[in-house]
Amino acid sequence: MLQTLEISPELIEAEKHYREMGLTDEEYQSIVRILGRRPNFTETGIFSVMWSEHCSYKTSKPLLRKFPTKGPHVLQGPGEGAGIVDIGDGQAVAFKIESHNHPSAVEPYQGAATGVGGIIRDIFSMGARPIAVLNSLRFGQLTTGRVKYLFEEVVHGIAGYGNCVGVPTVGGEVQFDDCYEGNPLVNAMCVGLIDHKDIQQGIAAGLGNTVLYVGSKTGRDGIHGATFASEDLTEDSESKRSNVQVGDPFMEKLLIEACLEAIQSDALVGIQDMGAAGLTSSASEMASKAGMGLELNLDLIPQREANMSAYEMMLSESQERMLLVVTKGREQEIIDIFEKYSLEAVAVGKVTADKQFRLQHQGKVVCDIPVDTLAEDAPVYHKPAKVPEYYQAFQAMPAYLPAVDNHQQVLEQLLAQPTIASKEYVYDQYDSMVQANTAVAPGSDAAVIRIRDYDKAIAITTDCNARYIYLDPRTGGQIAVAEAARNIVSSGAKPLALTDGLNFGNPDKPENFWQMEQSVEGMAEASLALNTPVISGNVSLYNESNGQAIFPTPIVGMVGLHESTQHITTSSFKQPGDLIIVIGETKPEFGGSELQNLLEGKYFGHAPTLDLEIEAKRQSQLLKAIQAGLIQSAHDISEGGLAVALSESLFNPSGLGAKIELNGDPTTALFSETQSRFVVSIKETDLADFVNLVDDTEVIGLVTDAAKLVVTVDQKLIIDSEIAQLEQKWKGAIPCLLKSKA
Amino acid sequence: MKFAVIVFPGSNCDRDMYYAAKDALGEDADLVWYQDTDLTSYDAILIPGGFSYGDYLRCGAIASTSEMVQSLHREAEKGTPILGVCNGFQILLEAGLLPGALLRNKDLKFICHHENLVVQNNRTIFTSEYAQGQVISIPIAHGEGNYFCDDETLNQLKANNQIVFTYQNNPNGSVADIAGIINQQGNVLGMMPHPERATEGILGSEDGLQLFKSLLANWRDSYVTNA
Repeated sequence: MLQTLEISPELIEAEKHYREMGLTDEEYQSIVRILGRRPNFTETGIFSVMWSEHCSYKTSKPLLRKFPTKGPHVLQGPGEGAGIVDIGDGQAVAFKIESHNHPSAVEPYQGAATGVGGIIRDIFSMGARPIAVLNSLRFGQLTTGRVKYLFEEVVHGIAGYGNCVGVPTVGGEVQFDDCYEGNPLVNAMCVGLIDHKDIQQGIAAGLGNTVLYVGSKTGRDGIHGATFASEDLTEDSESKRSNVQVGDPFMEKLLIEACLEAIQSDALVGIQDMGAAGLTSSASEMASKAGMGLELNLDLIPQREANMSAYEMMLSESQERMLLVVTKGREQEIIDIFEKYSLEAVAVGKVTADKQFRLQHQGKVVCDIPVDTLAEDAPVYHKPAKVPEYYQAFQAMPAYLPAVDNHQQVLEQLLAQPTIASKEYVYDQYDSMVQANTAVAPGSDAAVIRIRDYDKAIAITTDCNARYIYLDPRTGGQIAVAEAARNIVSSGAKPLALTDGLNFGNPDKPENFWQMEQSVEGMAEASLALNTPVISGNVSLYNESNGQAIFPTPIVGMVGLHESTQHITTSSFKQPGDLIIVIGETKPEFGGSELQNLLEGKYFGHAPTLDLEIEAKRQSQLLKAIQAGLIQSAHDISEGGLAVALSESLFNPSGLGAKIELNGDPTTALFSETQSRFVVSIKETDLADFVNLVDDTEVIGLVTDAAKLVVTVDQKLIIDSEIAQLEQKWKGAIPCLLKSKA
Repeated sequence: MKFAVIVFPGSNCDRDMYYAAKDALGEDADLVWYQDTDLTSYDAILIPGGFSYGDYLRCGAIASTSEMVQSLHREAEKGTPILGVCNGFQILLEAGLLPGALLRNKDLKFICHHENLVVQNNRTIFTSEYAQGQVISIPIAHGEGNYFCDDETLNQLKANNQIVFTYQNNPNGSVADIAGIINQQGNVLGMMPHPERATEGILGSEDGLQLFKSLLANWRDSYVTNA
């Protein structure tokens, strides 16, 4: 337990109490140098959270610089609450992904709920109305009671918060692998819609302007949450349950409406969410960005509990709080808006010119720190990287070629693998339709939200195949970006930009740092090749439990634009007689595949290869064909290969089937996970136009009106299944696992 | 025709309802904050879904004690059409404008998807544009939509033809598959499914639009009669 007794500066140094707050000896010494004296207890706490990995990115900063972040359509790159891209007509979308892994590991309901709440605040603090939430989740196998509990409560928490706050939860992904058993991943992405003229910044500008505190009162919850997020999970982590915040989505809903009303007032100068490291980070970052200082009187902070110390108030991560800077003399205009929603809005401080972060409490100055040293002068570490032995061993292996006798049976088994199986159990609990703009609901490659009053829509997806990244971080990183873009293109939209949710193990281990470095390089290369700059993101390190790191899991959240709602495309086959076509060549690639997982229970060998030039060409050709109205359905081929993609295109109430004729090795044809491939259906009469626009195509069969999947390979019947039977395996798998006894 | 869409703190389908009336139907509509309790200038009142007061205490319970609900009582007595959807239905029940209660769904989870409803009574001002027995696809999105009433109330609802919509495949455990009921006077309808989310093809169904068209048609008729 951390002491909340105010230990003297001398004792902090002598007994090295700063270590309990996550500071190293060297970091402590540089704080002493910065201040020219020993920091007191409150100041030590403030430095420790601001210099935590979660707030300072001290380990990941050198890597993040590799990302391309600019483009003619990028209105706001990394550095603010969220990135913003132009979507025409004076409109833009703001989006960001954020992790809430460690809180969710110890208190899954509140951990996940407050993850959603936090990312929504990031979006409306930019001035944007939140229009969609997605979640990217990773768990261990659904075979132990603990994992089932984490899974069910995380989903429940997302639903509990998102449904109440009135932002549709429209998609995401859930995958299951052993490495996440003790350390689940809960990443939430939010997208907001904004007019260019309303874009806000988190700045505390204007000497003498007033700092307003709005929203919930400050309590003792979440103290040191940012520090907790910056260390490994161990058996002691259970004792950190009180470091997890508690959310109130009703309060958040009121805050959204009040803040969006407030940004219409020119009395508002800056606005920022109190997220990780609460009042400390919001106040100091706003001042630092404006080149100003800030003075707060902590006696004025609305407090939920009695006798809170300065340390507790500054480090609390109580939810649903915002910090505003308002033109001096016009405070009441803004306070009135918040009062309409019965929200507290209190003047707690002012903007100063001396660039100091100064806090008063009970008549004493309890903190006086040069503000830039908190945000901008945080240490940056260049950690050593080392190629892991496992990687070298995998690279030396011959290609993995699985032996399959009964392809029909294997298809059924693949469809029931939790990572592939229907996630209806999850998304049925989310209100995916509130706001009445959801054109494509969860279950397709990307969610589609139409933009009211315009003939356009946006596509949103999250994606990351961590198995490939584990096998080969650089190629895997490229694939993560490429696959997200494939999802966007399949839905008929042009990929615009991405947000990255980087989840890795302990970076102090050189093998882990190498995985980070390589996968970031790969993602950067693909972002450049596909013209999807990285406009925001989040880094979550120390994802380990009891010394075992997760697979490197850099999740890609991507947004694309449909230039017309006519271009909206889904993965379902539409009518009998349509031609089924595969775009892209298929090679025997099974390293990291779902088939390898099924047959071997582990992943090894080579990740699938990727040629970014081909990827970019193919995506742009398919998009042109969609825009030309030639495509009835489109689906990217991913986990489980072609057979799974075909099945998914048939799992809908249409009652259609497919008759497929393939050649070569049936296992490769059906289950290989070769990249840069799509399965599309088109009208027979459009074939000539289609092949004029798209290269590397092969007609493999027909949509039929019999609800069966019939596949021959070299004229030999390999699969002959009722769709209902396949769909039952696919839909029933997760509910069935949850019901079975652990 | 002019609609009032009542906005309580925590309502979150208010805009959806507003757009259904304004854009899909093409009539006038105002978002009316719950403290602006004068509803006398409106031809119909829409109480949207959401989580008024965060569902604290019980869904709809706190909203039902507001002054706005006194106005709703007055308008209901005057015969003004009032539609409560989802949380709006919960508020109408808590306010005593409709009989019965909504419990947690039978499997204790929030559920959101399209459901098929059967129009059980098309002789109301809300359903006259539907055929009797018509099956319509309307989204549901609720955690507490399991309608419950005692046998006596149920018999009355049946005897008076107050059951307006039922579920074809009961998703939440509601008594007699009830999805929506109307008061005896025929001007207050409460339903769990969201017709306002089914007013445009791009949203997956237009089956909800006829409900709003029914209101409009009946308002025109009464306007012509009263003129």
